[in-house]
Amino acid sequence: MSKFKDIKKIIVEKPLKLDCGQTINNFPLAYETYGKLNGNRSNAILIFHALTGDQFASGINPITKKDGWWNYALGPGKAIDTSKYFVIAANVIGGCMGSFGPSDINPETKKPYGTNFPVITINDMVNAQYNLLEYFKIEKLFSVIGGSMGGMQVLQFVSNFPNKALTAIPIACTASHSAQNIALNELGRQSIMADRNWQDGFYEEQNKQPDKGLAVARMAAHITYLSKAGLQEKFGRKLQERDDLKFSFDADFQIESYLRYQGSVFVDRFDANSYLYITRAMDYFDLTKKFGGNLSKAFEKSDTKFFIISFTSDWLYPTSENRDIVIALNAMGKNVGFVEISSDKGHDSFLLDVPDFLNSVKYFLNTSYKQIK
Amino acid sequence: MKKEFYNIAKLVTQNSKVLDVGCGNGELMKYITENISKDIRGIELSKSNVQKCIEKGLTVIEGNAEKDLRQFPDSSFDFVILSQTLQAFLDPENVLNELLRIGKKAIVSIPNFGHWKVRLHLLLKGTMPVTKNLPNEWYNTPNLHMCTIKDFENYCKERDIKINLKNLKFQNFFSELGIFILEK
Repeated sequence: MSKFKDIKKIIVEKPLKLDCGQTINNFPLAYETYGKLNGNRSNAILIFHALTGDQFASGINPITKKDGWWNYALGPGKAIDTSKYFVIAANVIGGCMGSFGPSDINPETKKPYGTNFPVITINDMVNAQYNLLEYFKIEKLFSVIGGSMGGMQVLQFVSNFPNKALTAIPIACTASHSAQNIALNELGRQSIMADRNWQDGFYEEQNKQPDKGLAVARMAAHITYLSKAGLQEKFGRKLQERDDLKFSFDADFQIESYLRYQGSVFVDRFDANSYLYITRAMDYFDLTKKFGGNLSKAFEKSDTKFFIISFTSDWLYPTSENRDIVIALNAMGKNVGFVEISSDKGHDSFLLDVPDFLNSVKYFLNTSYKQIK
Repeated sequence: MKKEFYNIAKLVTQNSKVLDVGCGNGELMKYITENISKDIRGIELSKSNVQKCIEKGLTVIEGNAEKDLRQFPDSSFDFVILSQTLQAFLDPENVLNELLRIGKKAIVSIPNFGHWKVRLHLLLKGTMPVTKNLPNEWYNTPNLHMCTIKDFENYCKERDIKINLKNLKFQNFFSELGIFILEK
């Protein structure tokens, strides 16, 4: 796609066998880097993005012209200090920011894949991104870091490549997607599919966009990223540019107007089919499955030092699910730290200016980095 | 640093694997990390203390010792340290059992209710003792299960827990604090 022609990408030539059984090769993996790789290649951090994130974690996203999604955490002098570390961030496969995804053209049909794109998993995403280590000739990463779906990728990465990361920071995530989260994702997918413009996933070749469905999916999801207290404090029952109720279905309340806005800007930057594929990958995520339900076994061979972080008001990936990872690691005698950060900003806390969180990441990385120097 | 911490740290073997249960702001952990063993981590309940540990670059798990010790395998640490918190647990017996299960050795310190100042305070004033080691009033003390060094020794004897204690009578009267190494 032409809008992605100036962004960085590697073409992965090696065949990658996906969990669904299909094999892909010669596929693009779009990435961005921040900071400089040091002489002995020991300061590299791989960042994994969440559902609607991308490789442009910091600075200005050149495609959307918006701020990078992790500007609070990532940059020179910040928690993930790019004046010290070399940070690599890739767009997941299945995504829509230049990596191999459902809006790519299928060479056989000369049309976008649409729903003929293979169903991918978190495992597939991580295996695809592993190629970046080879590309940059990095023997061992200093750290792997990610929140939400990014945290799931962190866990999967460490499990797949037990001696490739010195440290790992999974944030606000889970080792096994819960029924509630599958339900919420299904709500989003059904909303997209119910849009007449979705056309069974082949909307692009008909020059249509299921914007309404995608916007509703985003609105519903956005609620789950916040907390009740946070919503109440910010919006309460405040009315939107009016003195009284209008006795109509306009956006009377500020929260309605806010959600509509969030939905409308989202469709400009995100592909509906990517939304389907990536939420599916999250739903399929269960790190315990391969290990007979025993999460500890997933980390048996790992020598990585973990630091797990959750947030008090995150009801989407609650502390209890993050703590399960801690318990599994402790049961194997692994090196793990854990902190639950107080915040009323819900699941989104990891993307926002939450000083205790940002400081925790900073101190952990600083200390760990001193130990290798 | 508190004198107690130096005395506890002295009991820890070089480069051993250590867990500090109720590690507070990480003062003792930091000292042990820098001087005795880097293989140390802590459990702490208070969020502000957890932050202080993180600022010191220590490995800490936010959690409740009463519930969270069970996740560790048997004998997974060379030393498990419990400094002056035993008496504050709802179920200290369970905590002690867990310490001795997950640690090859447990280092436990307790404020001694048998110290002469405590005894004298109660005897003469007739009110609940308030001392340097027991600074709270009866209505706001976190200490649910106070004991004397003698009580603690009796407890260990009854359960075949090995305890390093010399001069029981002397210590029970003159030590404000008891520091013990326990082994099952």
